[in-house]
Amino acid sequence: MSEDRTRFRGLPRAPIWGPAAVIAAMTLLAVLGPALLPAQLGDVSRDSFLPPGPGHWFGTDLNGRDLFYRVLLGAQISLLVGAAGAAISFGVGVTYGLVAGYAGGTLDSALMRIVDVLYAIPRLIFLLVLVSTLDPLLRRLLETSGLRAWIGYSKIMILVLCLGLTEWLTMARIVRGQVLSLKAHPFVTAARALGQTHAGIIFNHLLPNLLGIAIVYLTLTIPAVILDESFLSFLGVGVQAPLASWGLLLSDGAQAINPIKGYWWLLIFPALAMAVTLLALNFLGDGLRDSLDPRRRR
Amino acid sequence: MVRFVFGRALSLFGVLFCVVTATFFLVHLMPGGPFDRERKLPEQVEAQLRAKYRLDGPILAQYANYLGDLMHGDLRLSTKYRNRSVNEILADALPVSATLGGIAFALAVTAGVTFGSLAAAARQPWVDRAVMLLALVAICLPSFVIGPLLILLLSFTIPLLPVGGWGDARSLILPSITLAAPYAAYIARLTRASMLEVLGQDFVRTACAKGLSNFRVVCRHALRVGILPVVSYLGPLAANLLTGSIVVESIFSIPGAGGFFVNSVLNRDGFLLAGVVIVYCTLLVIFNLVVDLLYGLLDPRIVLYE
Repeated sequence: MSEDRTRFRGLPRAPIWGPAAVIAAMTLLAVLGPALLPAQLGDVSRDSFLPPGPGHWFGTDLNGRDLFYRVLLGAQISLLVGAAGAAISFGVGVTYGLVAGYAGGTLDSALMRIVDVLYAIPRLIFLLVLVSTLDPLLRRLLETSGLRAWIGYSKIMILVLCLGLTEWLTMARIVRGQVLSLKAHPFVTAARALGQTHAGIIFNHLLPNLLGIAIVYLTLTIPAVILDESFLSFLGVGVQAPLASWGLLLSDGAQAINPIKGYWWLLIFPALAMAVTLLALNFLGDGLRDSLDPRRRR
Repeated sequence: MVRFVFGRALSLFGVLFCVVTATFFLVHLMPGGPFDRERKLPEQVEAQLRAKYRLDGPILAQYANYLGDLMHGDLRLSTKYRNRSVNEILADALPVSATLGGIAFALAVTAGVTFGSLAAAARQPWVDRAVMLLALVAICLPSFVIGPLLILLLSFTIPLLPVGGWGDARSLILPSITLAAPYAAYIARLTRASMLEVLGQDFVRTACAKGLSNFRVVCRHALRVGILPVVSYLGPLAANLLTGSIVVESIFSIPGAGGFFVNSVLNRDGFLLAGVVIVYCTLLVIFNLVVDLLYGLLDPRIVLYE
């Protein structure tokens, strides 16, 4: 049979190394940038709304803080929230999918029904309810347990937790599907016949086989979490000033757009930083999926 | 068929009962109450307020009372917008959101399916790359960035369209594009993935061998199967869009219902929240039913009812 069966081509492979380099560069900038730049750039000054120029590459904001510095600070928080939230969703999703797929039968259909229901709830509402319920609880807990120094970070901890707890649904579905198909393979039956325990089968045989795909979806969850955080920031329940996240900068920038004076740099630069990073993460995820996911391999 | 539709309609009541119960007790469990202000209210005042909104007495009695009111179609008074009933508030705001959402829905589906199948069927790889890059950008930028960017471009730099507001048809253009953009992008990705699969199948080869044009193969033969994953996404999409979006409505200052969902959670306005949830779930169940019926229509191999 010839290579070109029809007039239509198969899936092209997405690139991997380019996006990976972009992400590495952005992470490096986020970690090193604020440490190397003079710290007073982030302080409130009288130079508010300076347009981009040699002194301030990205201009300054309402409070006279340097936007370049703020964007890098925002990168720190956004990337951290994205990675930590995705890690939580990874843990929850893989466990849930493994249990459902391996148990099968009634438990499987019950667990997957729950996932269907959670899919139907608008995620933003789910997040809002979770954040506004858990935040005061953690605050009180920290106050009574003598960890007062941590109170400033309680919001971020809650954000990471809630974002992780709302973004695991796709992961659970993928892992469950994978387990279902792996379970039917002879090597699982063989392991069972040789007297492996269920835990042994899960950890020695199933987990290594589905880790590749789970990591691919982990890469795709990070941008989703960052995006969710930005919506929460826009609604005023996300990261609070003086901390910065891309979402917070963007929502400030969106409010600074008005017909009298267009402070375009407040919107454009954070949007660029976020778009480039999220695009790179998505490309990396797609590329990894093309090369790792057996169903997509052609 | 009639039995199938009737059974689904019955299940709607089950779903509504569950979500109303969940909402009621969740709002009760959430820290903070609907009458909490900066300064604490005198006890008598709060007791009176509770009596007025029928939030006094044992929680189970409150719940039973509330269910009784719901049976009569009374969604009760909102605790935030004093003296306005939830019925009134929703009757004012929902048509606005539904108009905008309907336009955005049509836009998202047409643009998404067109671009998605274009990307899958195009012979030049760059068309595919360009469309998918555009789709990814639309997914990666939150709508509160796309909206202001459009305003900056099409209202300030080139004064073509109004910045916002509600009333004439021209003011609908920017908000519906903003609202539709991420969904159109998602639909385009869905369509492309499923079309790539379908275009490799034998019946497509046969259609090509018959001598049909590319356009006919894609639109008449492949799309009919390839669109199925998109169709199953339309139910939640319609429910989402028609109940409004707080982000788009606040950017373009549109008096819609999008804000109620979020604000009623923040204000602990349980009755308004329950009202929005009821509307949302009803739409969701109805549109999922429509989607299932459409499925059978598009792919006769699928049997819904015996």
